[in-house]
Amino acid sequence: MAATTGKTINLRLHVWRQKNRVAQGRFVDYEARDISTDMSFLEMLDVLNERLIARGEEPIAFDHDCREGICGQCGIVINGHPHGPRGATTTCQLHMRSFQDGDELTLEPLRANAFPVLKDLVVDRGAFDRIIAAGGFISAPTGNAPEANAILVPKPDAELAMDAAACIGCGACVAACPNGSAMLFVAAKISHLGLLPQGQPERIRRALSMVAKMDEEGFGTCTNHGECEAACPKEIRLEFIARMNRDYLKAALFSKPERKAVSAAP
Amino acid sequence: MEFKANVPSGPIEQKWTKHKFDMKLVNPANKRKYTVIVVGSGLAGASASASLAELGYNVKCFCYQDTPRRAHSIAAQGGINAAKNYQNDGDSVFRLFYDTVKGGDFRAREANVYRLAEVSVNIIDQCVAQGVPFAREYGGMLSNRSFGGAQVSRTFYARGQTGQQLLLGAYQALMRQVGLGAVQMFTRHEMLELAVINGRARGIVTRDMVTGAIESHVADAVVLATGGYGTVFYLATYAKGANGTAIWRAYKKGAAFANPCFTQIHPTCIPVTGEHQSKLTLMSESLRNDGRIWVPKKKGDTRPPSQIPEDERDYYLERKYPSYGNLSPRDISSRAAKEVCDEGRGVGPTGLGVYLDFSDAIQRLGQDTIRERYGNLFDMYERITAEDPYKVPMRIFPATHYTMGGLWVDYNLMSTIPGLFVLGEANFSDHGANRLGASALMQGLADGYFVIPYTIGNYFAATEFEKVGTDHAAFKEAEIWVAARIKKLLGINGTRSVDSFHRELGDIMWNYCGMARNERGLKTALQKIPALREQFWKNLRVLETNEEINQSLEKAGRVADFLELGELMCLDALERRESCGAHFREEFQTEEGEARRDDENFCHVAAWEYTGDAKTPLRHVEPLEFEYLPLQTRSYK
Repeated sequence: MAATTGKTINLRLHVWRQKNRVAQGRFVDYEARDISTDMSFLEMLDVLNERLIARGEEPIAFDHDCREGICGQCGIVINGHPHGPRGATTTCQLHMRSFQDGDELTLEPLRANAFPVLKDLVVDRGAFDRIIAAGGFISAPTGNAPEANAILVPKPDAELAMDAAACIGCGACVAACPNGSAMLFVAAKISHLGLLPQGQPERIRRALSMVAKMDEEGFGTCTNHGECEAACPKEIRLEFIARMNRDYLKAALFSKPERKAVSAAP
Repeated sequence: MEFKANVPSGPIEQKWTKHKFDMKLVNPANKRKYTVIVVGSGLAGASASASLAELGYNVKCFCYQDTPRRAHSIAAQGGINAAKNYQNDGDSVFRLFYDTVKGGDFRAREANVYRLAEVSVNIIDQCVAQGVPFAREYGGMLSNRSFGGAQVSRTFYARGQTGQQLLLGAYQALMRQVGLGAVQMFTRHEMLELAVINGRARGIVTRDMVTGAIESHVADAVVLATGGYGTVFYLATYAKGANGTAIWRAYKKGAAFANPCFTQIHPTCIPVTGEHQSKLTLMSESLRNDGRIWVPKKKGDTRPPSQIPEDERDYYLERKYPSYGNLSPRDISSRAAKEVCDEGRGVGPTGLGVYLDFSDAIQRLGQDTIRERYGNLFDMYERITAEDPYKVPMRIFPATHYTMGGLWVDYNLMSTIPGLFVLGEANFSDHGANRLGASALMQGLADGYFVIPYTIGNYFAATEFEKVGTDHAAFKEAEIWVAARIKKLLGINGTRSVDSFHRELGDIMWNYCGMARNERGLKTALQKIPALREQFWKNLRVLETNEEINQSLEKAGRVADFLELGELMCLDALERRESCGAHFREEFQTEEGEARRDDENFCHVAAWEYTGDAKTPLRHVEPLEFEYLPLQTRSYK
C-alpha cells in the first residue's frame, strides 16, 4: 500500500550533449547508480547533475518548470519516445518505477526542423508562439465582453472544446512525427476555439492563418501516421486534425480574400 | 518613507467608480508615446501586457521561461471566484468582499478587497469572451462549485485545470498583440536589476538566458508581475524556476516589502517521498468538496485504511469546525493536519500525512461523476504515488503554496517607488494574512485587466518624463553591478552546489518559519540564515561560463536573493507578536489552539524598508481600519 518501496536501481544513460546552438553535439555515457524507484525522472537527472557538479563536470541542461505535467516546458525523448515509455505522461511526471535495474536509456532533445537545439536537451519552441500569434486567439479586447451567461455553450461542445484546450504546447507531437509536423498542436487550438460560439466570427480566418504560419515555420506536412496522438501527454485525439482539415478546406474553398482595411486598429 | 494608501473617499461601493472618473486619462493618440515594461507573463503579467497594448501603449514583456504560456499560474487547478450569484444562494459583491476580508483575518486593506470583489464579475465575462472553456450545465450556462472559506457556490472552473485555461486566454490575447507588433516579447530573459532615475522606476536590466548578454531596457513605467517567493522553502508547490529576485531588487531600490512572513501553507499536497524530492505537488482544494479528511483515532495505528472501521476514524475538520467542515480555510486546515500528525496519528510511511477519502462520494455520486469533476487530478496523484485514489484514500500533507506578503502597493497598485507597479501574487494587497481558495486567479486577472490599465494612465498623465536612454548612468551602473555579481558567483569555485544550499535554507525556513512559529525558533533561524549565507559566498560551486545557457548560474542568483529574503521573513514573523491567518505564533493562541490576534497592537501592515546589506531594515506600519466589517474573531465552527 505504501508508495515508498525503498527500492533502488542502476541505469546506463546515453545523453545528447551540445554546447550551444551552433556547436556539434554528441552522445555521452553516464552511470546513474542507486536511483530510488520513487524518484521522478527529472529528480533522477537532478541527482546525476549533483554528482557531475561534485566531479567538476558541467551538468546536463534540460527544460522544466512546473514538474506537475501542466506547463509543457519539459520534454525529453527517452529511447525514441517523446516523454518516455508511459503513455499520457509528461517527462516530469514519469517516475523511475517505470524502469528496471540495468536499463539503458538514450536521452535526446525534442528534435525537429522547426525546433533548433539550444543546448544539450533544451530546444527552441518559439515557432509555437508564432503560430498562436498568427491566429490562435479570439479577438476580444479587454472591456468588451458581454455578460458571461449570455453566451450559451451546449455541454457536449464545452466538454469537447475542453478536451482540445488541454494541449500544453510541449511539442512532443512534433518530435514524434516522422515529418516533424505540428498538425496536432494547431488542430487542438483550432478545434478548441472553433467549437465555441465565441470562436465563430474568426473561425475561417484562424484556420487559414495558423496553417500558413505553421508551413512558414518549417514544420512538415501531415501524412496520417498518428505518432503524434500516441506521444501526446494530454491525449489530444487525431479527430481534432480531421476537424481542422474540414475547417481549412471550407476556408480555402469558400473564403474571399480579405480586403485590406483603410485604418487598421489593433 | 511615505505610506499613502491613496484610497478614494466616499462609500466603499462607489470608491472605484468615483476613482475611475477622478483619475487623469491619457489621450488615445498620446498613448503610443509611452512604453511600459511588464516583468512576468502569468495571469497578471499577460493580462496587463495585452490590455495595455490594446489601449495603445508600447509594451515590452519579459519571462524566464521559453514561452509566456509556462507561467506557474498554469498550475492552479480548482477554480476562480466571482460574485455572480448564478446559484441563487446568497452571493453578492459584498459577501465576496466580506468572505475575503474575514478569510484574510482582518489584515488586508478594505478598499482594495472591495474592488477585487467588484471587478470579479467582469473577469468571468472577459474570460468567456476569450473562449476559456469553463464547465457548463446542460442548459448551456456556466457551472459553479464551492471552495474553502465560503458558504456559497461561487467558483467557476475548467475541469481541474482552471489556471491553465485562464492563462491560455490571457496568453492568447498577449500573442495577438505580439503578432500585431504592439508587444515585444522577450522569452528566456531574467530581470536582474531595476533602474531608478530621479526617484522614478525607468527601466530594468536583464540577462538573456541563452547568450548571457546583459541588456538595459528603458520605460516610462515598470510593472512587476513575477509571482510569489514561496520557493524560499525549496520544497513548495511552485515551479522550479519561480523566484523572488525581481521584487527583491525592487526592495533594495526602495520598494517597501509588506508582511513578508505571511506565507500560505496549503493543506492538501502529496507528501514527500524522500531526500531527492524536488518539489511538492498540489492536490486542488476543490477536492475537498467531495473528499473527507480523516486520521485514525488511535495513535500509531498503521492498519490499511480499508481496515479501519468508521467509528475508529477521526474526521477532525468536521468535528472541530462543523459549519465549514472539510472546506475550512487553508491556514486552519493545515494547522489541524499538523496537530494530528504531531500527536502521532499521521498516516503513510513517514507519519506525515492525513487521508482525503472519496469513498463516500464515489458511493453517492458514482465513479463517473467523480472522474468528470476531478479526472486529471486523480491521474496525477496515481502517477506520482502509484496508488489509485478511486480505490484507496489519497494521502496528503500541507505544503508551501502561496505568499500573501509581497511588495507594498497603494490603491493604484503602485509601490513606494513612483512608476513601479506590482500586480498579482507579487504584491501584498488583497488577501491579508490568509488567501482563500480560487481567489489568486481572481486577483491576478483583476489587477491586470481591470485595475492597471486605469491607474497607469493616471500616473502617466500626471507626470513629466525626462527623456532617458540606455546610456544613462543609472543603467550603466546597474549593468556593471549585474555583471560583477555574475562574475562573483562564477568565481567562488567552492565545493557545494546551489541546490545543496537551497535545500538547507528550505529546511531552516520550514522548521523555524513554517506552520507554527515561536520566538526561540525564529531567533535561531536569524542566526542560521546569515551563517548559511556566509557559507554560500565562500563555498558555492557554479561551473562553466555566463555566455551560454547555465542553469546553475540562474539558480545561484535566485538562491543568493532567497538567503536574504528568508531572513526578512523571519524578522517579520518575530516582530509580529500575534497570530493571524497563516502566521501562527505558538505564544499567541486561544485555549482551543486557534490563532489569537492582537488587534490593538497589530492591526496593521508591516512594511519593511531596506537600509543596506547586513543592516536591520526599518519596520513601518500602515494602520488598517475596518469600517464595513466589524473586527471579529474568525470562527469557522
